[in-house]
Amino acid sequence: MKISDIAALEQMTCMLEDYEDAEVTAGYTSDLLSDVMGNAEEGAVLITIQAHKNTVAVSSLAGISAIIICNNRPVPEDMLAASADEGIAVFQTSENQFKTSALIAQHLGGCPAA
Amino acid sequence: MSEEHKQPLQSSLRVQELVYGLRISEVMTSKVFAVSRNCTMRDVQTIMKNNSITGVPVVDNKRVVGIVTMNDLMNALEQGAMEHNVTKWMVGEVQTLAEDMPLSFAISAFGKFSFRQFPVVNKKNELTGILTFRNINHALIRELSRQLREMEQKNEQPEEPESLKFSKVYQLNRYDFENGGKASSEIKKFLKERGVPPKLVRRVAVASYELEINLVAHSIGGMLGFDINENRVKISSHDRGPGIADTEKALTQGYSTANEWIRSQGFGAGMGLPNVKRVSDEFAIESALGMGTMVQAIINLKPETENENK
Repeated sequence: MKISDIAALEQMTCMLEDYEDAEVTAGYTSDLLSDVMGNAEEGAVLITIQAHKNTVAVSSLAGISAIIICNNRPVPEDMLAASADEGIAVFQTSENQFKTSALIAQHLGGCPAA
Repeated sequence: MSEEHKQPLQSSLRVQELVYGLRISEVMTSKVFAVSRNCTMRDVQTIMKNNSITGVPVVDNKRVVGIVTMNDLMNALEQGAMEHNVTKWMVGEVQTLAEDMPLSFAISAFGKFSFRQFPVVNKKNELTGILTFRNINHALIRELSRQLREMEQKNEQPEEPESLKFSKVYQLNRYDFENGGKASSEIKKFLKERGVPPKLVRRVAVASYELEINLVAHSIGGMLGFDINENRVKISSHDRGPGIADTEKALTQGYSTANEWIRSQGFGAGMGLPNVKRVSDEFAIESALGMGTMVQAIINLKPETENENK
């Protein structure tokens, strides 16, 4: 799926109109940035409640192209500014990380049954 | 010379590297003048005078039990107590340094304590030397001149602008999460622009970012140095303290000493150092409480030496 496909989901509020519409090939759900740094796949969408500028820094270094902030956590201005600089898309949703992960997994072609 | 402004940074990296490589035992004065418990302040005075030194350790069976400094001597002199036993005037609890510690720890110790010299001990806790600022200055000047000579020789063959060669030192301050990550972004961009494969760039980015955040979150401040050539990226992190009590533990996934505030910034999962070690081809860490921590991570860029499993 593409980032614009995430934007099209009704649960998502797009916080930043100007992003690179890259192909999303995986997802990663975590609130710990070192965990994201060490384990997230390149080209993944990050599902987190960690609405912070540092999340953008880690995403950029880890090759993550979009961030979804769950539970309607407020997204600080400096985080959006950083995302704009890095061309990383930021979404906000009222859903929690579990439901959001399930939703994204479905659109990525379904979760492996195991 | 348009490159002149880069020179101080390069030198500063070199000093850091220099300090990283040198051990206290290579720099200290091995010929130590020490006295035993039953010597008098007069004996100390004679030793100081004859050898132009300002501190004399007091030893008991090779173990350091105290130190008499110029200050103690002056106090004794004022009180007319020169025939007193040294044990009455010495400073009893002496901060010693271990001879196999890196020199940078000694520099931290000089910054932390107001002592002019430190007795140096071996693994058995026996006095083996004494370290003063003078020793450090001499060692640095000697090494710097040697390295400057090397640099001059290198400068005779100038580098191409697009070549894979880079060295820079970044300063990082405690809790400055705003700027933690800047160095990593710069390095990542530099490598990417020169066509280094994304997988390798990512490994460098992981190591560098974790070390950067460690400096910001856990140290009282420090430096992160990069030395890049076409064969490898060498990252050296170097801080002024507080030091890690148990480096073995610090390398265990999930172990963290981070406070709530650090965790609220998204860090402190106990994965930092394990992540650095995992992505590095060579990894070394040294730490001492009160003196600082040094980490060196090397990532090879040449395919034949690259570890595909990382």
